[in-house]
Order: sequence, then structure tokens, then C-alpha cells
Amino acid sequence: MTLTATGFDWVRQLVHRESAIVLSPGKEYLVEARLLPIARSMGLSDVGRLVDSVRTRPSSEATRRIVEALTTNETSWFRDGDPFTALPSTVLPSLLATRGPTERLRIWSAACSSGQEAYTIAMLLEDALPGASTRVAITATDLSREMVERTRAGRFSQLEVNRGLPAAMLVRHFTRAGNEWQVSPDLRRMVTASECNLAAPLPRMGPFDVVYLRNVLIYFDLPTKQAILRRVRALMRPDGWLFLGAAETTLGVDDTWERVVVGRSSAYRPLKGA
Amino acid sequence: MRALVIDDSRAMRRIVSTALEGFGYETRQAGHGQGALDVLQEGYAPDLCTIDWNMPVMDGLQFVSVVRANPAWRALTLVMVTSESEQGQIVRALAAGAHEYVIKPFTPDALRDKLALLGMLPQGVAL
Repeated sequence: MTLTATGFDWVRQLVHRESAIVLSPGKEYLVEARLLPIARSMGLSDVGRLVDSVRTRPSSEATRRIVEALTTNETSWFRDGDPFTALPSTVLPSLLATRGPTERLRIWSAACSSGQEAYTIAMLLEDALPGASTRVAITATDLSREMVERTRAGRFSQLEVNRGLPAAMLVRHFTRAGNEWQVSPDLRRMVTASECNLAAPLPRMGPFDVVYLRNVLIYFDLPTKQAILRRVRALMRPDGWLFLGAAETTLGVDDTWERVVVGRSSAYRPLKGA
Repeated sequence: MRALVIDDSRAMRRIVSTALEGFGYETRQAGHGQGALDVLQEGYAPDLCTIDWNMPVMDGLQFVSVVRANPAWRALTLVMVTSESEQGQIVRALAAGAHEYVIKPFTPDALRDKLALLGMLPQGVAL
């Protein structure tokens, strides 16, 4: 029994209601591929039966798994490079010049997936800033409980460490643990992971000096993008830095940000007086 | 850009060459370190070498050491592509002069990511 049009619509509405993510028509293949493992784990032969089962007997656990499966996305170390190399070269010197010597620097990796982005930031700061593990606090959040747990564990497979992690950083910041690689205790101490739905009112956090909100806004409609940017801004220091994905911008979405060029990348800063 | 793919497995040479050609490289191949040195000494001037570790005649680590000892090949970017995955081996390869290290099995995306880190992706390759 394949996924019917009604079943697909139900999934679309569920995902939009729970996460504000828009699944456009034509994404039936994605729903089928991502939900099949959940169907099988529940003893059901296909996704059509899974949707029917959850519609007729709602279960918060099954609903959570469906939403998580459809909102988990690819990640890698140093994704796109430049927004990360800008951190030690431009952002950190600017922050150190304006913050007190004992003041904590707070960085948010929003939609952190399995943690590669948060630990990329941690590695760069540990290499650039003596005593970073006590000076910097990185908050990593994701909608998915499974991704938050993976980030907390800081363990990565061979295939994952192959994806863009410089070999010199691998040997400096990780140790082999069987077939996996474990991030160092110092890096783990810098990173605190928690669940957070960007499309809902945000928990008390921050204020953040730097926010990485990369490859997230592309999944949302315009009103949700505007609401997210407004909430993120409220959690940032007035002179903070926001990094978006290469295909994302605040231009035409929210005019309370100023785009600044940082090396070969762009960042957005809260516009003064806006 | 040109690449020399060094591996004693013909299948692996083909896999790596196909990935590199997909990124816009022109490739040549050698079955061991000595064969690769012969190609370099004939005057072939690649931008990149991908190097397996365990090979007959001359292994990958020896090849890296010989290349690094010759100033004429200073500009050559060396990337180990090997199933050797112990931390100490990665340290040895980097200390000998390899720029990067890709552990087999790998996907073409992993090779592309490492080349991007090194600024060794020909223009126009999408990340």
C-alpha cells in the first residue's frame, strides 16, 4: 500500500504544524524514503500503513519520530568553509577587543544536526584562543532528540570524519574508539546540546555573540523565516554576528539586519536603532 | 588541473580517477610509489597526487618522503587515500608531508570536501 495523496497531505500538515517546515508537492519520494525505516520498526510493511496507523491511533512518540525523520538534514565539517574560517580571522578578534577578559563568549549552533557544526566551531576556537574551553560556551540545538543525543555523545563514524574534517584536526581533537572517533573532553565541555524548535517560542538562552543558523531558513515559508529571524535577534548581543547558509539572506525577509562582508563570506549584524 | 592516482588496486585507481575526472581533473595512474616517481621524472607535472599506503616496490609513505625531499616538487599537493586508519598512521603521514588523509571506504563527496579544504577543486565544481 503506497502513500496516498491524502496520507501525504496529512504528513505535510503534521510536519508544518510541529516544525513549520514546508514539504512541497513532489516530495512524496522523500516522505516514503525517510519514513520506511519507522514503518518497518513498528512491524508495518510500508509508509501508507504507518500513516494510517498514526492517523487512527495518534501516538506522540510515533508523531515525534515522523517529524524528526523529515527534518534531519545532511551536515559536514566546515560546511562551505568560509563562514567558519571567518570566526578566528575576523569575528573572534573583534569580540575579544570589545569584551572583558573574563567575559564568556556565547555561540549558538542552531539546527546543529549531529554536532559537526558545533564541534567545528569548538575546534577553531580551541586552536585560536588559549583557555577556550573555559572562555567559550557553545549552545547546540536541534529539533530532533536523536540528533541532540548524538551531539552530546560527540562520537562520529569513519565516514562522517571523512566529510571535510582536516586530518590534522582529526588527530589533534579526536581519539579512536573502536570504529568511531570520539571528540576530546575539552571540546565536549564547550558544547551544551538541547532540543529546540526554531518555529516555536524559544527557550531562555544567550545572549549570543555569534549565531550559526545555516541551511535552515530555506525550509520555511516567509512568515516563519521572519518570525525566526526576529526571535534569533532577541537572543543576540546588539553587536553580534549571524551566519546564514550560502543560499540564504535576510534581504527581502527582515530589514533589521545589516549585511557585512567577512573574508570571502557574509555575515549579518543587528542594524543599530532598528 | 592534473592528478596522478597511485594505488596498487586497478579497481581503486579507476574509482579515484573517475571521481577526480568528475571534478574536472585530467588523470594519470601508477601502481606503486616507484612507478609514480618514474612518471614525475619523465616530466609529467600534476597538481595533485592521491596515494595509497600499502603498495609493492615503494609504499605511499616512502613516496611522500621522497617527493618532499625534492624542492622541484614542492608545489605538489599530496593526499593519502588509504584503508590505514590508526591515529598514529595519520600523524606519520602528515609529519612526512602529506597535506590530507582520506580513509577508505570513502564517497566522492568526501574526496571533494578534502580537496575543497585544500583549495584544490577546479573552478565551477559545486560544493
